[in-house]
Amino acid sequence: MTATQSFYHTSAPPGLTGIKSWLLTHDHKRLGIMYLGAVFFWFVLAMFLGLMLRTELMTQGRTIMDAETYNAMFTLHGVIMIFLFVIPAIPAIFGNFFLPIQLGTDDVFFPRLNLFSWYLFMIGGLFAIISLFVGDGFPDTGWTFYVPFSVQDSKNVGLTVTAAFILGMSSMLTGLNFVTTFHRMRDKSMGYMQIPLFTWSLYATAWVQILATPVISITFVLIILERLFSIGLFDPDKGGDPLLYQHLFWMYSHPAVYVMIIPGMGVVSEIIPIFSRKSIFGYKAIVWSSMAIAVAGSLVWAHHMFTSGMSDVSVFVFSLLTYLVAIPTAVKVFSWISTMYKGSIEMTPPLLLALIFIFLFSIGGLTGLVLGAVGPDIHVHDTQFVVAHFHFVMFGGTGFAFFAALHFWWPKMFGIMYRFKPAYIGASLTGIGFMFHYIPMFILGMQGMPRRYYDYLPQYETGNFLAGFGGYLLVVGMVIMFVNLLMSFKQQVLAQADPWGGTTLEWKVPSPPPVHNFIKKPQIDGFPYDFTKVTEPSQKRAK
Amino acid sequence: MSSQIDRAGIKLGMWLFLYSEIILFGGLFVLYAAYFHRYPEFFAEGGRELNRVMGAVNTIVLLLSSFTVAASITAIQRKAKKQAVGFLIFSIFCGVTFLVIKYFEWGAKIHHDIYPNSETLVSGEPGLNIFFGLYYVITGLHGLHVIIGMILLTISLVYVLNGKVNSSRFSMLDNSGLYWHLVDLIWIFVFPLFYLVL
Repeated sequence: MTATQSFYHTSAPPGLTGIKSWLLTHDHKRLGIMYLGAVFFWFVLAMFLGLMLRTELMTQGRTIMDAETYNAMFTLHGVIMIFLFVIPAIPAIFGNFFLPIQLGTDDVFFPRLNLFSWYLFMIGGLFAIISLFVGDGFPDTGWTFYVPFSVQDSKNVGLTVTAAFILGMSSMLTGLNFVTTFHRMRDKSMGYMQIPLFTWSLYATAWVQILATPVISITFVLIILERLFSIGLFDPDKGGDPLLYQHLFWMYSHPAVYVMIIPGMGVVSEIIPIFSRKSIFGYKAIVWSSMAIAVAGSLVWAHHMFTSGMSDVSVFVFSLLTYLVAIPTAVKVFSWISTMYKGSIEMTPPLLLALIFIFLFSIGGLTGLVLGAVGPDIHVHDTQFVVAHFHFVMFGGTGFAFFAALHFWWPKMFGIMYRFKPAYIGASLTGIGFMFHYIPMFILGMQGMPRRYYDYLPQYETGNFLAGFGGYLLVVGMVIMFVNLLMSFKQQVLAQADPWGGTTLEWKVPSPPPVHNFIKKPQIDGFPYDFTKVTEPSQKRAK
Repeated sequence: MSSQIDRAGIKLGMWLFLYSEIILFGGLFVLYAAYFHRYPEFFAEGGRELNRVMGAVNTIVLLLSSFTVAASITAIQRKAKKQAVGFLIFSIFCGVTFLVIKYFEWGAKIHHDIYPNSETLVSGEPGLNIFFGLYYVITGLHGLHVIIGMILLTISLVYVLNGKVNSSRFSMLDNSGLYWHLVDLIWIFVFPLFYLVL
């Protein structure tokens, strides 16, 4: 190892020791690790809840829980996965850790605000836990909190909505921090077209967070006010319109889908060129497509409401806009594939996970077009087909990108390397289990089984049983993957500064990085994905 | 580590935050637009019931306070600490005045049995209920922002007094001022939407 001490041994601000050096830290890397711990806890909890839900559905009638528990449980699963895992996972963990390093700077622009965001995240999570145990228990509205049910429901909707409000605040402040860091802290010699793609994707995401989050905040405030004062803004009896709630809700929550997926795309854009030993195909196209998704994705919210009673004109317009989002998305997928074409591909766990991402995400994206078209959507709206679709995108997409990022940056974050073989086994099993789990749901949905139902007709039993079986396979795969990563702490196989042959700045600093990231002023390359230096030694040997 | 303060960066962050505040109110303005489209005549009727004189006075009070906040920032840059303190105290006083007037306005309405879920509104025209529902939500949220703004100005005032805010370090005051202008700006939209609908 190098003579410099890693950030684990130096506190920022200086002079703090023990637990204080974590809880009061301004260091973006420590905050990234702290987010990792919190997010991981929530992910495991919600994964367990999801598994229980599918176990319940494996046989007809009551299997392990009653209908009310089931309703509260799918709400809890949704709320945790959306607000405490998928939205914060990549930006808050890897974004915090790597955005400043990739920009060649020592921290984010507002380090104290960054710490404050972490506390907001923890308080939001705490509120969610409290709402489980006080009053009438966790809401059973589904994570969308649709009125009128969310206003009339006797359960703890108010507290849960407050939790989501606080979590939204945390996410928005992180976005604000990233945009400011991007513009003001970037190394002076780094031009816009020399910024690594992961950072670009975080920048696009941050704008969506700033743009869209306040809309959900006000929507949640309105739910709370309605519950307290019965104003009637969404109550038809008092002149209100429940459809407006859905508009406000999806004005945030659809763009939030891109908050979830764009950073995942950024991760894959980093991994593919490194293990193809070839410059990324269409760098500028990827940058622009990130921004295009962020813009176009903000204008498609009402495609969640085709059956809610909108005018035909709005249905047509929103359907068309939805199709437009597919274009920049496809640009990215084609760019990744073209990067690998004639590359010198080196298989590693992060690459395998990135490839699974491309495969599953493509299926998710294409089935999204089925839902974006009005005709088929009316048929499969609110069925298991929708459940399968968004899990393909959120879990097959963001989830696998998260796993890939974890395997990709693990040696950099902790300075140790994990074993490859169990990682391959875990990743493959997760991928196979995933297919077994969600593909039956596509078929069930086409056959007409609704989502969020506790019980079903006999003809759906085979499909549900198979899906549950796949669910267990999926969880076993993930457990292998996580245990393997955790075992690396015991094995202590030290990682080099650049174990993969990367070219972006984070691979030029020691693993784990020192507290100010760079020992000497970083050298900015003309292009961040130039692999000639990485491939030079092996080409010499070949001669 | 860069030891210089990047004032432009701090301001950029503040602007982004203000932008998010505007979107927050934007959600409510969307509701206003949708319901105004549905109940134009009741919105006009509701608007006539509001006290335009009090609304206009409040507008002037806020505009005046925005000016004095801006003046205090200029004063601190010119090292005129006493002036800056005076302007700030006057601005906070304007905030208090605004809230007092608002209190009397709300009080009068509540006295006439016009408040969310009141008998008059629930049994009356739905359009009027929506108008006053939005009136209470939007002016209430705006009032909350006035209070937050006053807290920020008070903190800035304390910092000016103890010298933490001075002619070379005034980002705190600068940003509080920006926030106060935002509060003012939102009111500039709220005032005609409720008091001047025809």
